Amino acid sequence: MSDVHSKEIARTEADPIADPGVESHLPRPTDVDPAAERRAERQVAMLFGLSAVFTVLCCVSYFVFAVGDNPDTIGGLGASNVAIGGFLGLALLFIGIGAIQWARKLMGDHEMIEMRHPSVSSDEDRDEALAAFDAGVTESGIGRRPLIRNSLIGAMAALGLPAVIFLRDLGPLPGNKLAHTVWKKNMRVVQDVTGVPIRPSDMQIGQLVNTEPGVFYKDGPDGEPLYHGTELLQAKTKAATILVRMHPDDITPSRGRADWGVDGILCFSKICTHVGCPISLWEQQTHHLLCPCHQSTFDLADNGKVIFGPAARPLPQLPIMVDSAGYLAAQSDFTEPVGPSYWERG
Amino acid sequence: MKTPFTSNGTKAAVAPKPNRVGAAAAWADERLGLATMAKKQIRKVFPDHWSFMLGEIALWSFVVLLLTGTFLTLWFRPSMGETVYNGSYDQLRGLEMSEAYASTLDISFDVRAGLLMRQMHHWSAMLFIAAMLVHLMRVYFTGAFRKPRELNWVIGSLLLLLGTLEGFTGYSLPDDLLSGTGIRAADGFMKSMPVVGTYMSFFLFGGEFPGDSIIPRLYTVHVLLIPGVLLALIAAHMLLLVYHKHTQWPGPGRTNDNVVGYPMLPVYAAKAGGFFFIVFGVTALMGAFLSINPVWRYGSYNPSEVTAGSQPDWYMGWPDGALRIMPGWETHLFGFTLSWNVFLPIIVLPGLMFTILLMLPFVESWITGDKRNHHLLQRPRNAPTRTALMVALMTFYGLMWAAGGNDLIAITFQLSINQITHFMRAAVFLGPVIAFIVTRRWCISLQRKDQDDLLHGYETGVIMRDPLGGYTERHLPLPTAAAYTLTARDRDEIRQLDPSTDEHGVAAKGTGKARLQARLSRWWYGHNVQKPTVAELEEAHHHVEEEDAHDAPLVGHAADGHQFDGRHDVVEGDDLAHHRD
Repeated sequence: MSDVHSKEIARTEADPIADPGVESHLPRPTDVDPAAERRAERQVAMLFGLSAVFTVLCCVSYFVFAVGDNPDTIGGLGASNVAIGGFLGLALLFIGIGAIQWARKLMGDHEMIEMRHPSVSSDEDRDEALAAFDAGVTESGIGRRPLIRNSLIGAMAALGLPAVIFLRDLGPLPGNKLAHTVWKKNMRVVQDVTGVPIRPSDMQIGQLVNTEPGVFYKDGPDGEPLYHGTELLQAKTKAATILVRMHPDDITPSRGRADWGVDGILCFSKICTHVGCPISLWEQQTHHLLCPCHQSTFDLADNGKVIFGPAARPLPQLPIMVDSAGYLAAQSDFTEPVGPSYWERG
Repeated sequence: MKTPFTSNGTKAAVAPKPNRVGAAAAWADERLGLATMAKKQIRKVFPDHWSFMLGEIALWSFVVLLLTGTFLTLWFRPSMGETVYNGSYDQLRGLEMSEAYASTLDISFDVRAGLLMRQMHHWSAMLFIAAMLVHLMRVYFTGAFRKPRELNWVIGSLLLLLGTLEGFTGYSLPDDLLSGTGIRAADGFMKSMPVVGTYMSFFLFGGEFPGDSIIPRLYTVHVLLIPGVLLALIAAHMLLLVYHKHTQWPGPGRTNDNVVGYPMLPVYAAKAGGFFFIVFGVTALMGAFLSINPVWRYGSYNPSEVTAGSQPDWYMGWPDGALRIMPGWETHLFGFTLSWNVFLPIIVLPGLMFTILLMLPFVESWITGDKRNHHLLQRPRNAPTRTALMVALMTFYGLMWAAGGNDLIAITFQLSINQITHFMRAAVFLGPVIAFIVTRRWCISLQRKDQDDLLHGYETGVIMRDPLGGYTERHLPLPTAAAYTLTARDRDEIRQLDPSTDEHGVAAKGTGKARLQARLSRWWYGHNVQKPTVAELEEAHHHVEEEDAHDAPLVGHAADGHQFDGRHDVVEGDDLAHHRD
């Protein structure tokens, strides 16, 4: 089919059914019946009036209902919250409904036709704009004086540097901070929250205890805790651990890890190697530990190996021993970085 | 008293001042010259359709966000400094926590209307993003993104992206256990980025996670940076809407060159203004009766604690789902680690999806070669491939989103989380393909139905039995307005390669690009049903007239069936059999 031919068809066939034009206006009841019109008018005014009433009730509620000691009244939502919010919502809704009722019933409803204008400028305007632009560019001489142009571009580009450099003090360089935790030889494995040290006999087979390094519960020479505030959170982010006791026969330690536990008691990092959530769902029978965030599952009887989910690395294990006083303590720091992977991790 | 003189010797030209409003308007116009613009805009015509209201929900939700958010800033302290909580909430009193969390508790329990404003703020944030998404689908499905509105599509996409980021920064601010876990995961996301990841994490957090800087920094981003850009983009979005004038559905008198509807003043001022109060009011009722993000139940952030079922807000759910179903791939090369298991689903995939979204209008016009201005909307069925493409994207989104709740699905339906995850790994690839094929065929079937109605009339539900015992259903022609509306669409033009030959009679080969475009446009349009030609309509009319002539004697004779069973007399007087010929 040639181009000309197809255009010919398009012209004659564009509207196989002729446009009947905009439908004629049908009057609404409020247009022809004065009673209906007055009724609509009363409805709108009543809606606006009710809105004002609810606004007053909303303000009264603000003073009548106390907050603080009754957060759980009315379905756990708080009486103050329900009253203020409920009345405010109704006050707002009735303004909206009233305005729309007004528009639908009483305002003119004759459809109007407006012609569109093309988005594009007229050819004259475009030519004039181009001519003006050319005149301006020519007068500036930026085309004829590349020295000025290039040095200006260079100067502007250089200004980007301070914009980047000034952000340098946002934070310190990573260094190898992510590779170490506060764990070190002889540091006791203590219970989370209470800080109580743990003897091997305290642990039963199948039990999981949330643990932390003992240093979190030590006071410094000034009598203040050694770690507190931001420092504590930062240290905890890497050093949080879990202690589990399994039947020694179930455990299959990889090479070099045979002496990392005490009678089936093993200590693992609590921080998921996926994106760093604390792992806490323990399946006693299968020795599986499941991360609640993205469901990575680790087999603690098999060196923390990933057996399901998006994590790529086994859960780091902390080598532990019994110290001279009979409590569980670390043999050393973790032998690898804990938590999510990062570029320099190796 | 002397008459004051002006340069031309007559009295100063002063506009009549009929009333105070007029006086104020005159005062302003003398300084701003507003009348020139206002004369066109005050009675500007907008077309009416319920689906044009979806974007409005987003707009008004944003206003509610600004109002309630400003209220919250009056009490919220964006600080990670440690403090001891001494407020009204028993279970946490006396505990150490950050100022951010403590002030969030104060807003919830000790500031009157504070909890209401918090909940309204959170609900309207969800409404804002949900409304933007639905509005986006409306614009895509109806072809409203086509020339000249492609740039407004781009602006709208940016608004969706920024709105999502604004939501994330917002729900991270209370520094409770749930939001802290979200920031912890975000730290893991950043660290997965090759080369710069660790540095970005240390710079953003001001050191090692969690540091003491992230809350104040997110606060600045949340209340200043992103809202500023959002406001500017919303203004541009609305200005372009006014400049292009709104699209309209085809129908009698509605053409590509006009807008048929109601004037801005008074109808849309009342309707849109009233709708603001409705959105505001519904949000207030939600804040009053629907609890959201009860941070006091989660406790303050502690990097060694987490709650089961930890999930982000729903609009962050789909990348979270991608993160959950991604296999645990990691590469170690030259002493460096590349975590594909995090980098691909959470950094690359959202970027890729956003780029696809942004490019949709340009991809379509590149394929179809359509450079015309379009102001008339299309029904989704009349653009089967486009509709199918969006449904495929929606299916991908929905499956990813469901994967983001795989733990909850497992618990609710007593299923194996492992099986759900394995299923989702395949479904996110297969589902969109199936959805595409089904949707496209579905659209084409609907087009055929329209074509049937046009050519043979609509089904009346009146069953005719002719004297031979055959049954037919009576069809009646569509009303003219409905028939016109169905035909008020362009015929699709599949790109043709130039068939001309050169002087040696060898057919000129199109360039590779032209050939690809021709093939793609055939794929895009090839199966569509085109509206009937005049000849087809005439032939169909002729056919309908014949049928009518055949049916005419039968019309109005209700028959109960007993007339023809041979055991009853024909009661109704008519011997229906004589109409056989």
